[in-house]
Amino acid sequence: MSDPESEPSTRMNMIQAINSAMDVMMGRDPDVIVMGEDVGYFGGVFRATAGLQSKYGKTRVFDTPISECGIIGVAVGMGAYGLRPVPEIQFADYIYPALDQLVSEAARLRYRSAGEFTAPITVRSPFGGGIFGGQTHSQSPEGIFTHISGVKTVIPSTPYDAKGLLIAAIEDNDPTIFFEPKRIYNGPFDGHWDKPTQNWSQHPAGEVPTGYYKIELGKAKVVRPGEALTVLVYGTMVHVALAVMEEAGVDAEVIDLRTLVPLDIETIEASVKKTGRCMIVHEATRTSGFGAELSALVQERCFYHLEAPIERVTGFDTPYPHSLEWAYFPGPVRIGEALKKIMKDA
Amino acid sequence: MATDRVPDHLKPNLAPLSLYVPEPKFRPGDAVDFTQVPIPPAGQARRPDPADAADSFIDLAFDLVRVLDDEGQAVGPWNPRLSPDTLRAMLRSMALVRAFDERMFRAQRQGKTSFYMKCTGEEAVSVAAAHALDYEDMCFPSYRQQGLLIARGWSMVDMMNQIYSNTADRLQGKQLPIMYSVKEAGFFSISGNLTTQYPQAVGWAMASAAKGDTRIAATWCGDGSTAEGDFHSACTFASVYRAPVIFNVVNNQWAISSFSGFAGAESTTFAARAVGYGIAGLRVDGNDALAVYAATLWAAERARTNQGPTLIEHFTYRAEGHSTSDDPGQYRSAGEPTAWPLGDPIKRLKDHLVALGEWDDERHAAQDKELAEQVKAAQKQAETNGVLGHGLHQPLDTLFDGVFEEMPWHLREQQAQMIAEETASGRPWARK
Ligand SMILES: Cc1ncc(C[n+]2csc(CCOP(=O)(O)OP(=O)(O)O)c2C)c(N)n1
Ligand SMILES: [Mg+2]
Repeated sequence: MSDPESEPSTRMNMIQAINSAMDVMMGRDPDVIVMGEDVGYFGGVFRATAGLQSKYGKTRVFDTPISECGIIGVAVGMGAYGLRPVPEIQFADYIYPALDQLVSEAARLRYRSAGEFTAPITVRSPFGGGIFGGQTHSQSPEGIFTHISGVKTVIPSTPYDAKGLLIAAIEDNDPTIFFEPKRIYNGPFDGHWDKPTQNWSQHPAGEVPTGYYKIELGKAKVVRPGEALTVLVYGTMVHVALAVMEEAGVDAEVIDLRTLVPLDIETIEASVKKTGRCMIVHEATRTSGFGAELSALVQERCFYHLEAPIERVTGFDTPYPHSLEWAYFPGPVRIGEALKKIMKDA
Repeated sequence: MATDRVPDHLKPNLAPLSLYVPEPKFRPGDAVDFTQVPIPPAGQARRPDPADAADSFIDLAFDLVRVLDDEGQAVGPWNPRLSPDTLRAMLRSMALVRAFDERMFRAQRQGKTSFYMKCTGEEAVSVAAAHALDYEDMCFPSYRQQGLLIARGWSMVDMMNQIYSNTADRLQGKQLPIMYSVKEAGFFSISGNLTTQYPQAVGWAMASAAKGDTRIAATWCGDGSTAEGDFHSACTFASVYRAPVIFNVVNNQWAISSFSGFAGAESTTFAARAVGYGIAGLRVDGNDALAVYAATLWAAERARTNQGPTLIEHFTYRAEGHSTSDDPGQYRSAGEPTAWPLGDPIKRLKDHLVALGEWDDERHAAQDKELAEQVKAAQKQAETNGVLGHGLHQPLDTLFDGVFEEMPWHLREQQAQMIAEETASGRPWARK
């Protein structure tokens, strides 16, 4: 791995960082190809693939028919040939038509062929709400994929991480779901929807090396060290949780998981054993969400260190509403209430 | 042994394989010339008997059914011979759809809602179909068939309430603007996920047939959406069970930034999809309200008489952006909409009425003014129920309604949590 500190860097928002990751990887490896709905000439509805087609040509960056099952099925076939496809699913809400190709095929190919065939594909997809997108432009379906054996699930929370993680995902020989928190494409979000939005130019993680670097999959990041409690979080909610802890003046240790599968269990375990308290925050619905898995793991491994019940802060178990978006979103109030509960006897 | 299967005669000149990737004819800045688009004269396509076998008129899947000619005359065997009153009613509905779209697009730009989609240039497709279908027939639309509701006389205020997610929104602010649901007007709940409505329409039609009903189903999707698996499942089921359903493919040439070539249009027509499934296929001038009307009526007759499904490709053009979220100037030539060889559907129907001596420019201008006023008044009324404003106009306690018929314990618990959060926030939300 090269040392990012010594490399030239520049300010990027998350879209630009993701674009740069694909650019770097396409430049290094002629087998990397990018495809998806509107990703070619137009450069994607969120502009994540802007400029790639003109730079690498239409046989490496191309639009596809509107068939998510086709996109992933074709990616599996290309992977079988030896390419390294990076398909985009326009919104995570539209990944469901592709489930069979992802679950029954991409995720199982290595196992069922005893390694004869693999699916080295990285499925990029914007996910999460907070943009008034209604129920079909807001969902967080990561829990569906963490439940599937054989796919990795990666979720960045900053431009710097997005680029490094995406490069690692593309280089990885297993299929990876790379969910991009679209609410923070342009800037971190502290959960206060009625305050002016930030952009990445003021944030340290908006400084991104222009060249190659990667962040190993399966490694969480302690984004705020602390002793009073552990907060397990990823994606948009990293920034919301951080803001709540700052505002409350609690000495919380906030861990950005970055990769859900494989999970960095050592970092989690060490932290909870140190703090004795664990809060889990995600935007996805609660029942069978990834928080349930985290809660089970922490209970199994840290039970005798826990000083309070584990708190799960999540989206409600309803479809993502349009107008009541901010009542649904697990924002500062919901996290704050859970914080009071978990710190009650501290 | 198995290493050399290339026939000898191919070997000397065999070039390496190459991947073909479609490319639209025109990009931003290009001069537009649509003379390559074959437009057969109006009145030329034959009209089979609705009882004819689907494989006896395969040519119509590659032809173009057109009734209105360049002089504004209705010609040929598909002329539905409508009364001037019906023609004027269709013209009025189409103009109203356009006025509604203009106003609601502007409302989004003014920050009164989050999203809007126009159907400019495609008004004939849904308005003429609504006139040809029975009011009792069930429609399974995509997001671009607002014309069905308007032509069926549904309340614009009700539609606007949905667009604003306001307190009078029957959908309780749960859905993205324009994703209407109007059971009373035979209009199925629109999904944001493309083409899911296609097999659902088949299922409704199969149910109607199984119950010995007389009602049929009709469904719509775009050119791009035909690529989804659901489209093909629908065709297979409809063919197998001869379901009384009309499949409409609204080929407006674009799917966001992707031209129809990415749905296979460079190789064949969308109507030709019908041929492989053994169902009736028609390709129709979608900017010709009379052709759309006649084709729909013909397909409805087949469906009603147990002849099974028909797939109608409406050849049209998306005259504006995909939605309020895109700028078409970034991916297609700005000259395309005006150069489109099939013209504007409203103008074409208007010219026909004028040619018949049943309409004139003054009446048209007066009608446009009247419709604009009507839409404005509806908007004013809808806005008394609020506009989208960070949810503050939608009753908070509706959030958990409708997940299930009866609320299970965990939702009741979460609902209580939400109310407690409201108290903790010190910022009360609206209530039912
Ligand atoms: C399953 C699914 N995939 C992708 C999308 C995103 N999307 C919304 S509209 C659209 C283009 C559809 O084009 P077309 O079918 O031609 O209909 P038109 O918009 O032209 O009426 C796309 C890709 C979606 N809504 N659902
Ligand atoms: Mg289209």
